[in-house]
Amino acid sequence: MNEKVKGFLKPLAESLLAVFIGFFLGAIILLAFGYSPFEAYYWLLRGSLGSTSGIASTLSYATPIMLTALTFAISARTGIFNIGAEGSVYFGAIAAIIFTNIYGNVLFGLLMGMLVGAMWGLPAAFLKVFRGVHEVISTIMLNWIAWYAVLYLVTGPYANPSDPNKTILVPESARLPLLGGSNLSVGFILAIVASIIVYYILWHTELGFGMRASGMNPKGAEYGGIDPKKAIIWSFVIGGFASGLAGAVEVMGRPPTYAISQGMANINGYGFDGIGVALVGRNHPLGIIFAAMFFGMLRAGTTMMQIGAGVPLEIIYVIQGIIVVAVAIPGLIDIFKNLRRVRA
Amino acid sequence: MSLGSSIVPILVTSLMAMVPIVLTSVGAVVSERAGIVNIGYEGIIMISAFFGAIAAEVSGSWFIGLLGGAFVGALLGMLHGFITVYLKGDHIIPGIGINLLAMGLVPFGIVAYWGTAGQHQVPDTVRVPNWNTTYGNISPMIIVTLVITFVTYWVLFKTPLGLRIRAMGENPEAADAIGLNVEKYRFWAAVYGAALAGLAGAYISIDWVGAVTKNVAAGRGFIALANMVFSGWNPLMALVGGFLFGFFDTLAIWVQSSQVVPWQFVQMLPYVMTIIIVAGIIGKVRPPKWDGRPYKRE
Repeated sequence: MNEKVKGFLKPLAESLLAVFIGFFLGAIILLAFGYSPFEAYYWLLRGSLGSTSGIASTLSYATPIMLTALTFAISARTGIFNIGAEGSVYFGAIAAIIFTNIYGNVLFGLLMGMLVGAMWGLPAAFLKVFRGVHEVISTIMLNWIAWYAVLYLVTGPYANPSDPNKTILVPESARLPLLGGSNLSVGFILAIVASIIVYYILWHTELGFGMRASGMNPKGAEYGGIDPKKAIIWSFVIGGFASGLAGAVEVMGRPPTYAISQGMANINGYGFDGIGVALVGRNHPLGIIFAAMFFGMLRAGTTMMQIGAGVPLEIIYVIQGIIVVAVAIPGLIDIFKNLRRVRA
Repeated sequence: MSLGSSIVPILVTSLMAMVPIVLTSVGAVVSERAGIVNIGYEGIIMISAFFGAIAAEVSGSWFIGLLGGAFVGALLGMLHGFITVYLKGDHIIPGIGINLLAMGLVPFGIVAYWGTAGQHQVPDTVRVPNWNTTYGNISPMIIVTLVITFVTYWVLFKTPLGLRIRAMGENPEAADAIGLNVEKYRFWAAVYGAALAGLAGAYISIDWVGAVTKNVAAGRGFIALANMVFSGWNPLMALVGGFLFGFFDTLAIWVQSSQVVPWQFVQMLPYVMTIIIVAGIIGKVRPPKWDGRPYKRE
């Protein structure tokens, strides 16, 4: 087998193996708590892929996590761990609501969501570059700060006077068009386009080359005339654009809500899901497209699973967590090969 | 309620709030002194809070509950240690994985085990007995935390074992050259760190808060990491920093009840303070040289 095919197949096999481990251990946990894993997985699949509306739902759940995965992947390629997608999603969503109510235009809403999301990426970038604060600590703290700041806006100034369960609505003129009579909006296509743009930036521009070079070897990159500080700031900014867009798309293109619902339930968790998506997609924008659809499937099937099999929907987060731990095991495939050799 | 009359209760509550942060920070100091970075403490606190509560309720003993929490923490530390020390894997990603796992396992477990959504109240009979004073509850775990902190400091800086642990984070090549088993020291340092985080988790669920919730750690695992940086990787300073964070945590609740500012902004205070303190302190302290770097024998 030639090297290029091998370099593609091995990570793919490792990701698939990690997914298998996730479902396998998930099944054991389900059994331990007295549920039937077969029933749970059957309803999960039926809910996500068993009907046209299920598939539409799978793809619309894939949309925001594809974008938040890009945030994590861009930073990982630059050699940092930006866990702050969550905060940018909140700010992207509230910005889309605020600004579409000022001027009810789709493009304006998307743009403001992206801009505000990108701006929320800056504090962590500056703390990293100018003060050397580890981004894992700063982004997590900023996520909490974003949570309370946006919660204040959601329950205070932008609360819906006629419905206490949500914010004011995105006006009809600023809602994303739906695809062919389904509940899936063009937001999905925007996410795919964003993935391709990120791929292009990372592998076909000077900026992207600088980002990847400082990710692989910051000292070497600096010696080669690349400024790692600039690369880091740009990775936070581009990442913030993606997550801000995720928030905007979520409120502008997800019928029937078109608002932020109580407790911010419809916009929270995407940042963390994105980390899993990015890792399973091997931090590659094209891998992320498929990984996002897979994780979208998990989310879309949970309601059916909860109703059909009576299994608490949180089990899918357990499975996702196990998958990420499994992805972290270096040379997962090699370990299994060695085990076989030992036995044989 | 004026600040003057509530200052003693605030200080007492600060001591209670200090415990999980100090325990986790002190464990993280040992782990990082040996070169192992673990950002999964947040998840370890959550999972241990859950299993610690189960252990206490099943056995009917708060002591078993605390031990159970520490044990579950140690198991997660072994998982992290195995991936980072023996398989030479990345230090950050398994930590992220443990945090994500906890975000699923704890809400799932609350529904699956107790049948309640979102939160479970631990019965008073299996909670750690506190001294009820006029200024608020005082848990014996405050004293345990002080003892653990001072003993850890003493071992780390005054004994040959501590010298060896620190060598694993500063210069594992030299340690290896004189015949020390780098992997063994690093692995057990990681396990010690996670076990203390586990104890912190059980403390939250069966002592201080007395409940298991979806957000039982509330960022304390990360605040503990920030506090570790603040301490300059020194257990005694981690005690001082932990008290400060505990104080801000408590002050936030006090300001909230006085309704001077919207409660959301008050809730932000501990996180804002964490960022400000870490940003102000960094550059003045230096992590162990081999912190977070896998050691492979040439």
